[in-house]
Amino acid sequence: MTYIAKPKITHPGLPKNKLGMTARDYEGTVSTLCAGCGHDSVTAAIIQAVFELNVEPHMLAKMSGIGCSSKTPAYFVSQAHGFNSVHGRMPSVTTGANAANRDLMYIGVSGDGDSLSIGVGQFVHAIRRNLNMCYVIENNGVYGLTKGQFSASADIGSKPKRGQANQQEPIDPVSTALSLGATYISRSFSGDKEQLVPLIKGALMHNGFALVDIISPCVTFNDHEGSTKSYAHTRQFYHHVVDMDFVPPAEEIKAAYAEGDAMPIELHDGSKIVLRKVDRRYDPTSRAAAFKYLREHFHAGEITTGLLYIDESRKEMHDLMGNVDTPLSQLPLDSLHPGAEELKNILKRYS
Amino acid sequence: MATVNDVVIKIATVNGTGSASANGLLRKAIFRMGIPVVGKNYFPSNIQGLPTWYEIRVTGDGYQARSTRLDVMVAMNAQTYTRDMMEVSSGGWLVYDSTWPRSKLLNRDDITVLGIPLSRMCNEAFEGVRARILMKNIAYVGAISALLDIDLKIITGLLEETFADKSHLIESNMKAIRLGYDYAKENFVCPLPRKVETMDKTKGHVVIDGNTAAGLGCMYAGATVGAWYPITPSTSLMDAFRDFCAQYRREPDSNKRTFCIIQAEDELAAIGMVLGASWNGARSFTSTSGPGISLMSEFIGFAYYAELPAVIFNVQRTGPSTGMPTRTQQSDILSCAYASHGDTKHVLLFPADPGECFGTAVAAFDFAERLQTPIMVLSDLDIGMNDWMVPEFEWDENYVPDRGKVLSAEELEEVESFYRYLDVDGDGIPYRSLPGVHPKGSYFTRGSGHTKYGAYTEDAAEYKDVVDRLLVKWETAREILPQPDIEYSKFNRTAILTVGSGHAACCEGLDRLKEKNVNVNYCRVKAFPFRESVREFIDKHDVVYVVEQNRDAQLRTLLILDAGVDPAKLVSLLHYDGVPIDAGFVAEKVLEEYSKGRAA
Repeated sequence: MTYIAKPKITHPGLPKNKLGMTARDYEGTVSTLCAGCGHDSVTAAIIQAVFELNVEPHMLAKMSGIGCSSKTPAYFVSQAHGFNSVHGRMPSVTTGANAANRDLMYIGVSGDGDSLSIGVGQFVHAIRRNLNMCYVIENNGVYGLTKGQFSASADIGSKPKRGQANQQEPIDPVSTALSLGATYISRSFSGDKEQLVPLIKGALMHNGFALVDIISPCVTFNDHEGSTKSYAHTRQFYHHVVDMDFVPPAEEIKAAYAEGDAMPIELHDGSKIVLRKVDRRYDPTSRAAAFKYLREHFHAGEITTGLLYIDESRKEMHDLMGNVDTPLSQLPLDSLHPGAEELKNILKRYS
Repeated sequence: MATVNDVVIKIATVNGTGSASANGLLRKAIFRMGIPVVGKNYFPSNIQGLPTWYEIRVTGDGYQARSTRLDVMVAMNAQTYTRDMMEVSSGGWLVYDSTWPRSKLLNRDDITVLGIPLSRMCNEAFEGVRARILMKNIAYVGAISALLDIDLKIITGLLEETFADKSHLIESNMKAIRLGYDYAKENFVCPLPRKVETMDKTKGHVVIDGNTAAGLGCMYAGATVGAWYPITPSTSLMDAFRDFCAQYRREPDSNKRTFCIIQAEDELAAIGMVLGASWNGARSFTSTSGPGISLMSEFIGFAYYAELPAVIFNVQRTGPSTGMPTRTQQSDILSCAYASHGDTKHVLLFPADPGECFGTAVAAFDFAERLQTPIMVLSDLDIGMNDWMVPEFEWDENYVPDRGKVLSAEELEEVESFYRYLDVDGDGIPYRSLPGVHPKGSYFTRGSGHTKYGAYTEDAAEYKDVVDRLLVKWETAREILPQPDIEYSKFNRTAILTVGSGHAACCEGLDRLKEKNVNVNYCRVKAFPFRESVREFIDKHDVVYVVEQNRDAQLRTLLILDAGVDPAKLVSLLHYDGVPIDAGFVAEKVLEEYSKGRAA
């Protein structure tokens, strides 16, 4: 968390979005993370995504817990409210925030410790409710702020800087989300902005729980030889399965796709996701097939990336409950009770 | 000579057999006769098959507390028959199901045992196991009606209300009532010397439990988000809120809900949801009990420091640890007052009965938004789950909710820059902005060290600036919270001071002491931090008996810590066995202290 504001010098030639804002207008304060940290690349991708989506800054809510990852909401969109909650509890705060105001766009930024160890309970239950949010995990396999302990996403055999290699099974957020019925599941790499930006855009626009698991190497504690979450290892075993393009509402799909490779999916607001299969055998709408494919490639040591699963048919939390379209926080309080006369009627039950 | 309208009836049954509705029928019938009545549950932490008791105190004087006397025991549970018989006060009566006659060895010669073959009669009159079990319960209501002289027309009326569109059920229930009623009339001298007679003392009153009243209060206060994790004895609070919302919270045209109740995965998540919702401007709350408060503590400290409103109902039960989940206590006073690590302290409100639960629920939301901090409403199992007779609550149509210092889009547009934690007005309460309103309102809500401008800090002076300002807010809270109830019976230097559900027992205790020519003054605190008047009251006395329902004198500790009173003056009278406190305890203990010379 920094208190160093960025100097506001903008190049007059910077491209502007429909709101007349440049990407620089979506920046936050200066990052205090280590030089070369994957998280800063993720921050840059988030800035690019919300810039391209023409998001009104104050309609974005930035949510986080505790850890290196959870610091990052300070580094993008200064004009959005942020909520840096307690360790592992970002999902519950986001659930309540969304319950009160369904009109905001929610992005939660978490880490592998925050989401898969201390906060695994809240992570899985947010999925279960199909909470309408973009849930980013900056996944580096270690605890950075406490100096390099393994997290629950560390792979078997991955070596720490000091001490023994990890022997415990990792918790994979993607297969966990798949088994729980998450409706938008993706994985990427902080070093692959081209893949990452459309994935974040799709996740923000998806009407339900959207997971973006991002391998985001820790340069200080987990970027050495023998680590399976290093830049070098990720680049070597990184495997695109399904890429995607995001097409805003009322825009034509312009790119030319080879027949059989492109699969357009319409989102609730009319925007479209065009899936481009790198592996033609892959079916991102079948949980069972996706799970089989993921496990096979996991055992082969590969890191499967792209939009791995999508289901646009399931209702998000409010619609499952049958709640009003107006944000609950905007309903006038005097419209929320039946008044003095009716109270007398209610009390008759107790006399 | 008959004693009229002063009788305590206890019904011993097995839980899960449907006796609750029969007991409710009996209690309601007495209330409809215009006689003040209270009902207390003594139930196991279990779903089916264990002993459970319901105690009805018929009290023409309108006392609300438990009585330790027991006049009529209805012993329907063979498993507890012996102890039930032992519990009857000398001169009382024991009614039991004589389908299986009891050995004379188990008799007491100072009570009267009345056997009624309830099972046999119901087996002959009804078909099916379930009906026979249910009707056996209704039959004892009939028998008690004959024994106490309860008006059968009122019972019929109540059954007609309950089963308005199921006339066959009215008939079968009346048949069961008749079985018990007629048997008692034919075989015993009815009514007993302790009987009931129509009065006019229940008009304008209701008999209701505190959780229902609090749930109703939340609905009237305009709460839209309720997040909770089920826990005895607070579950029925959110259940009540849900039921009221189901009826009154639908958007007219769409029929969609204007409320959101989330059953969280645990209490940590429940309070997180409440804070997320209040951060976004909704009135949000949770209901829980002691173990839930333990789990919520980290977030409660967050809310204190980040200054987020929240309403937390703690329906206290017997601790420590799991303790006795279905028994009452006031043992979370300290853990709530100082919940969470670091320097934290929280506003507590103490309703004394269900009537106050309704109003306190509404006030809690106002205080939470005014003070931008968690407000904990400390009820307990006795208030929350027992049936108290209280004046009908009223809704003031002119009620204007206090939404606190929230800047609108227009106000934000006008300010040069907005800073979250500035003490603009000198009352320690800063201005807040809600997400989604205006880009100028944006700030980072955090539990880490922050400056008065809302920025992260590790600077000594900047940190201190904010935590010191929170103390100014604390003093503002002290000035706006409810005043204590204070009564000077006849001026002297000795007083009783209590909190919450101790009120009923103390009021009755004061009457008993008066009968013995012992006059003491009385103070019931309603909120923490304590108003200045609490300290003044204590200062005026030489001895103050602090009556509370926990082992460690938690209220007394809090008085010493917060009100700065002389500890030597505060003499603890502690009742903490899990059973609601009674007037006899208060009166006896005070007299005992008098005899020891600990009175002024």
